[in-house]
Amino acid sequence: MALAFDEFGRPFLIIREQESKTRLRGLDAQKANIAAGKAVARILRTSLGPKGMDKMIQSPDGDVTITNDGATILESMDVDNQIAKLMVELSKSQDYEIGDGTTGVVVMAGALLEQAERLLDQGIHPIRIAEGFEMASRIAVEHLEHIAHKFEFSLTNIEPLVQTCMTTLSSKIVNRCKRSLAEVAVKAVLAVADLERKDVNLDLIKVEGKVGGKLEDTELICGIIVDKDMSHPQMPKRIENAKIAILTCPFEPPKPKTKHKVDIDTVEKFQALRKQEQQYFDEMVQKCKDVGSTLVICQWGFDDEANHLLMHRGLPAVRWVGGVELELIAIATGGRIVPRFQELTPEKLGKAGLVREKSFGTTKDRMLYIEQCANSRAVTIFIRGGNKMIIEETKRSIHDALCVARNLIRNNSIVYGGGAAEISCSVAVEAAADKNPGVEQYAIRAFADALDSIPMALAENSGLQPIDTLTAVKSQQIKENNPHCGIDCNDVGTNDMREQDVFETLIGKQQQILLATQVVKMILKIDDVISPSDY
Amino acid sequence: MAVEKLLKDEATQEKGERARMASFVGAMAIADLVKTTLGPKGMDKILQSAGRGHSVTVTNDGATILKSLHIDNPAAKVLVDISKVQDDEVGDGTTSVVVLAGELLREAEKLIAMKIHPMTIISGYRMAAECARNALTQKTKDNKENPEKFRSDLTKIATTTLCSKILSQDKEHFAKLAVDAVMRLKGSTNLESIQIIKKAGGSLKDSFLDEGFILDKKIGVGQPKRIENAKILVANTAMDTDKVKIYGARVRVDSMARVAQIEGAEKEKMKEKVQKIISHGINCFVNRQLIYNFPEELFADAGVLAIEHADFDGIERLALVTGGEIASTFDDPGSVKLGHCKLIEEIMIGEDKLIHFSGVEMGQACTIVLRGASSHVLDEAERSLHDALCVLSQTVTDSRVLLGGGWPEMVMCREVDELARRTPGKKSLAIEAFSRALQSIPTIIADNAGLDSADLIAQLRAEHHKSETNAGIDVITGAVGDMEKLGISESFKVKQAILLSATEAAEMILRVDEIITCAPRKREDRV
Repeated sequence: MALAFDEFGRPFLIIREQESKTRLRGLDAQKANIAAGKAVARILRTSLGPKGMDKMIQSPDGDVTITNDGATILESMDVDNQIAKLMVELSKSQDYEIGDGTTGVVVMAGALLEQAERLLDQGIHPIRIAEGFEMASRIAVEHLEHIAHKFEFSLTNIEPLVQTCMTTLSSKIVNRCKRSLAEVAVKAVLAVADLERKDVNLDLIKVEGKVGGKLEDTELICGIIVDKDMSHPQMPKRIENAKIAILTCPFEPPKPKTKHKVDIDTVEKFQALRKQEQQYFDEMVQKCKDVGSTLVICQWGFDDEANHLLMHRGLPAVRWVGGVELELIAIATGGRIVPRFQELTPEKLGKAGLVREKSFGTTKDRMLYIEQCANSRAVTIFIRGGNKMIIEETKRSIHDALCVARNLIRNNSIVYGGGAAEISCSVAVEAAADKNPGVEQYAIRAFADALDSIPMALAENSGLQPIDTLTAVKSQQIKENNPHCGIDCNDVGTNDMREQDVFETLIGKQQQILLATQVVKMILKIDDVISPSDY
Repeated sequence: MAVEKLLKDEATQEKGERARMASFVGAMAIADLVKTTLGPKGMDKILQSAGRGHSVTVTNDGATILKSLHIDNPAAKVLVDISKVQDDEVGDGTTSVVVLAGELLREAEKLIAMKIHPMTIISGYRMAAECARNALTQKTKDNKENPEKFRSDLTKIATTTLCSKILSQDKEHFAKLAVDAVMRLKGSTNLESIQIIKKAGGSLKDSFLDEGFILDKKIGVGQPKRIENAKILVANTAMDTDKVKIYGARVRVDSMARVAQIEGAEKEKMKEKVQKIISHGINCFVNRQLIYNFPEELFADAGVLAIEHADFDGIERLALVTGGEIASTFDDPGSVKLGHCKLIEEIMIGEDKLIHFSGVEMGQACTIVLRGASSHVLDEAERSLHDALCVLSQTVTDSRVLLGGGWPEMVMCREVDELARRTPGKKSLAIEAFSRALQSIPTIIADNAGLDSADLIAQLRAEHHKSETNAGIDVITGAVGDMEKLGISESFKVKQAILLSATEAAEMILRVDEIITCAPRKREDRV
């Protein structure tokens, strides 16, 4: 109890204002937490797999998002329950770390919680359950490594990468043209990849979307697209062999940071000041011209006068370009970002083969393409689609595909998808369970059951008989000793995922199991929930 | 044990059947709303804004109607969005795209009631959409090579687009206007160089296309009202006393005499600026910003026509037509390109004085002056004309043309039906449903015209199943007619965009099995 008595028998308070707080303890707390976790998992369960459904989410401002991506769904949901928030975090960390499998990890955690609930009913101590899960997850991760395949790819043979990205994309709404999108994603990643260090900086890939056109028009541009146009309507719309000055200083008279005052008290001073001012503009433009630049990209705005001077001297310019874009342009064109006019030198100019302005549709939307850059290590994926929601969802899907491709470059091991890896792990964990002498045996066995729930959900979403299908596939795996058997979601006619070319990355799968176990362990260890009651 | 509270207060969650119901009902309600505006005999809607003044809009344009609605249903928002995109992308077909998406969902609802999984329906729809698109692509005509025919194609398309709008009475007149204007652009899709000026008064028939350029501004007092062989300087510069732009500068004086001196210097500066401008050898000066009284007087003295406060678009267009550059500094008179035109004069349209530039160097821009009885008529006329211009400019870039009057739908329908017969499995039901949804478009057109749609569609289908045919619905006579002879055409690009976006939207809504609505953000009560 929260109420205690001192040696004189007087009660004193341990928790202040108890009546205004709600409190759950012991088994009740665990049960409540498990129920909350399961509720979140249940929401995502139907989104799993190639035949998974989407969720429509209306934000507080009334914007509509339609998505299938677990992390996005959970993030935009107004979750209030603490445990539900943990699940949201779980999905987010999978997103940051791996980028894909955000739905799977939550479903897995939900299944583990469900199993834990049963064990709690049997009277097993939560810590023992947690330890059992821990052991089981270790077995599963090791087993995954055992059944993983290394697969070879090179810059010329990108087929395996494309196949893996296609597996990721097949569960999204864009699966209509998953082939072309997967190719776009793989090419983009390979363009910026550092194959020696086995790393990819995804920041170098810009994903830009514009409504209109069709999904098939989505393309990879070896260069940068900026959603801006030339500062003066009469500047040339097409520049070949551009030399680009990238500036972060405005075309305006300087503003020293120290406070100062220029006092005008005579007519002469007034005139001198005016001359000075004109000279400033003139010098600025002249400096850009002197170093031989043919295009000025500026982070800030220009004064009307400077704008005209630029136009007059035949120096096209773009203004108000964002900082991130500026950096990308600098990387792509091999130029340097110049903070002061005085520091402009010919070596600091970026080079691009072609800069052009392109207009879209019937409105005056124009975008600037910077192509054929000196350094092709910054690319843009330009997405077109029928409406805003499609574009947003495509962006998310492309992001997933990019992450998968990056993970493969980091570590080229794969496991087979369609639930094959889970089933195989489940068999291995089940077998290991019998060897364990302690109470943990139950927990390990429960873990194996939880692993089964992923292929089960896949089968359910695909309209197959979940239990029938799962048992059939499982027995086939054991009989043929073939860890590639999975759920045939697309009704292709074979259970062998190797033939269907359904792959997932090894690290993605391992991470899923580890993260899910961790969160479940954390939830199981909570035995007291104190929260302020509603006010 | 049930979870009491997973989401925040007021946030709601709808699942499975209920979610699907909610989105179907919302989407179909939107489709039904705009349905009656479809086709040449479609009706208009009155929109009254909730804002101050309760301004009224009368329109027939799907995008305009949907844009002004306040919608809470998320699925309905998807439809509004596709209509908006259609407007931005091709300009016309904003109603059709919503109606088609609505019909696709209506059919899908029936299939779901038959216990067919949404994913099966989606894959059926995809196959059908692909097949329909191929059917359309094969049937297009392309007259790009033959300028005369191409022009007549354009006129036909413009007539077809306009006939469903308020301009239908004078559609030939306006079709000609629109085609002339678009042909002047010479392949560019930049509709900004076509200026539309609305002036109340007169009748719609009095609207005309002016080859020159009309600026809705007045000429300064005491300045020439008519200039021949004008040299024009187009500028964007402040014509009040220039501020000193150097940061931190301030004027500090100790006596009134000093103030007067500095004021004098300022005036001198202005005078100098005007002098510099005049020294370009111009006799017309157009500025985007205000010209104050003092410089205006100076200009008048020099016999230069000064026009102030022309808006940005006006300046850009003027620079485009006259071939001048937009200047902001005037130190180097030799190298600034001046604009030229044969004649500048003040003209009267109705009661208003406008400035007319004629005999301009580059004929790319032009002005359409719309006349009409009331501002509502003019607004609607502008929207209709805008639609026609958009469609035409898109057709110039993609010159493939189809027949109209429900012909493309029937062609697609026939191919899709064929496909349904060849396809095994449950998908074929979805494909059939797709073809029914396509058919519903001519049905609605006929219904809106008060015709016996069932009979007409049956006749039309029979025609189409026979062989190559040009049969479509002739709303005027109320029978099946030859679209080629009637001269009813539509742009391929518009039809394709309708088909693809409607399918995409329907697919998106079908995939949803759960709707989560967050609590609306609380607004501070403003009193």
